Amino acid sequence: MNLAEKILAAHAGKDRVSPGELVGVKVDVVLANDVTAPISITEFRRIGVERVFDPARVIFVPDHFVPNKDIKAAEQAKLMRNFAREQGTVYFEVGEMGIEHALLPEKGLVLPGDVVVGADSHTCTYGALGAFATGMGSTDVAVAMATGEIWMRVPPSIKFIYKGTMPRWVTGKDVILYTIGQIGVDGALYAAMEFAGDAVERMSMDARLTMANMAIEAGGKAGLFAVDDTTLSYVKGRATRDFTVYRSDDDAEYAQVLEYDVSVLEPQVAFPHLPSNTRRISEVGNIAVDQAVIGSCTNGRMEDLRLAVGVLRGHKVHPYVRCIVIPGTQAIYLQALREGLIEAFIEAGAVVSTPTCGPCLGGYMGILAEGERAIATTNRNFVGRMGHPKSEVYLSSPAVAAASAVLGRIGSPAELL
Amino acid sequence: MKLSGRVHRYGANVDTDVIIPARYLNMSDPADLANHCMEDIDGEFVKKVKPGDIIVATANFGCGSSREHAPLAIKASGIGCIIATSFARIFYRNAINIGLPILECEEAAEDVKSGDQVEAELASGIIVNRTTGRTYRAKPYPEFMLELIESGGLVDYTQKKLGTAS
Repeated sequence: MNLAEKILAAHAGKDRVSPGELVGVKVDVVLANDVTAPISITEFRRIGVERVFDPARVIFVPDHFVPNKDIKAAEQAKLMRNFAREQGTVYFEVGEMGIEHALLPEKGLVLPGDVVVGADSHTCTYGALGAFATGMGSTDVAVAMATGEIWMRVPPSIKFIYKGTMPRWVTGKDVILYTIGQIGVDGALYAAMEFAGDAVERMSMDARLTMANMAIEAGGKAGLFAVDDTTLSYVKGRATRDFTVYRSDDDAEYAQVLEYDVSVLEPQVAFPHLPSNTRRISEVGNIAVDQAVIGSCTNGRMEDLRLAVGVLRGHKVHPYVRCIVIPGTQAIYLQALREGLIEAFIEAGAVVSTPTCGPCLGGYMGILAEGERAIATTNRNFVGRMGHPKSEVYLSSPAVAAASAVLGRIGSPAELL
Repeated sequence: MKLSGRVHRYGANVDTDVIIPARYLNMSDPADLANHCMEDIDGEFVKKVKPGDIIVATANFGCGSSREHAPLAIKASGIGCIIATSFARIFYRNAINIGLPILECEEAAEDVKSGDQVEAELASGIIVNRTTGRTYRAKPYPEFMLELIESGGLVDYTQKKLGTAS
């Protein structure tokens, strides 16, 4: 069996599972946010149980429209907060909270070998830790909160093998954008993506989290990495409980195996209005931008902020560009402050926000007007994603977003050296 | 269950942001959401949709976010059924869970036009285009999925299983 099958079999109480099989799976962690929790809570009440299955394994993070963007958002956040208090679940208030998928790994709440279901499509991020983590809707999550179990169809797995040394300025974000560009936004529909190869083995945890995060952008059910020393040293000192490491067997079966040579990659930019609409940075042409967003559950971690500052330092944000930086969590914010990164962002003319999903989904903190363009380190560039339906979002790495903020058009960090 | 209605047709990769933009996700009442359903892909949808109408689209319908607000908005707008070549995984689950009928049928998705009058029978998967007289057959549901649908959605199914139905 492969990694996804091993984890699902163990959680279904079976010796073996095969793709296509419907199984009832025990979940280790269930999560929801301020946008999805209100519906989950309504459905939870309708199920007719009094308490969540295990309050220590039910997590609520107010991150989408929090700190509250308007009265309606405040009501939703309040509803979730009250439910969390009533049930005694894990909850992170403003001041402790961060973007959920940056926060949970950091706090050691999601661990290798876990099955995690979250009412947020980017729950797949935790696959970076060797967990089977997948996004679901509010009703599925309500049932998981009530029973600690959920039905799943065992997905076929596609193995992606990345070989070679990544050139300068090519990051995990570029590798995953390139992959989505190759296979399309439904190229891994219903499938588990297993990322492997020597290039991946050398990747930091932050880079792996970025790649797993975007599995959903190829239609994937999950995006998994094998657990190795990088994983174990990341979870060491963070893990809040014991965990089990599962590995793909040598004779594991895959629906497809794809190999890529990353040594020939350039930084990638996904043009509107699909994440698969990728081009090499050298083929982008002259595209002026009004806004640059550096942050999100995809690219709001320490490595991302360091990379952006490395490009911005000694330069000024272009006078026609609003550069918005959003550290993923309070701990990242504080670390960035101590390292002098926040000062560097401000000196370059960027603004730094408290952690929030905010502009990524067109919530607040950087909404685009009609006809405006943003370069963003976020994960989606659908019509209207960051604001007006006639605005545009281009997706890139933090290095390209920072360089573009300085240049006033989409460009490579190499141009600033 | 037999459904019948007029078709609103869209293309591939209809994402959840165009079905219900995040600027409306500060609400979760289906009736409120329905007022903005499909707003960023078809500004006329809300004005022209009638109870029982059918959405037809090609590949990967409902891709993107996990927001259950998307199928809720579609259901509350009066749409009786969605027929598509394929559905994004989370949208598929959400639709079944909340009792919004969906059918996977590439032939129908390619052939049916906006304004056609279409009938669909869920259990058999038989789709009839009354405008052209053509018949198509959708992919059958796995047995478990039919059980979910017949229970009225995942919560009702779970109530039955737990014995908590009131």
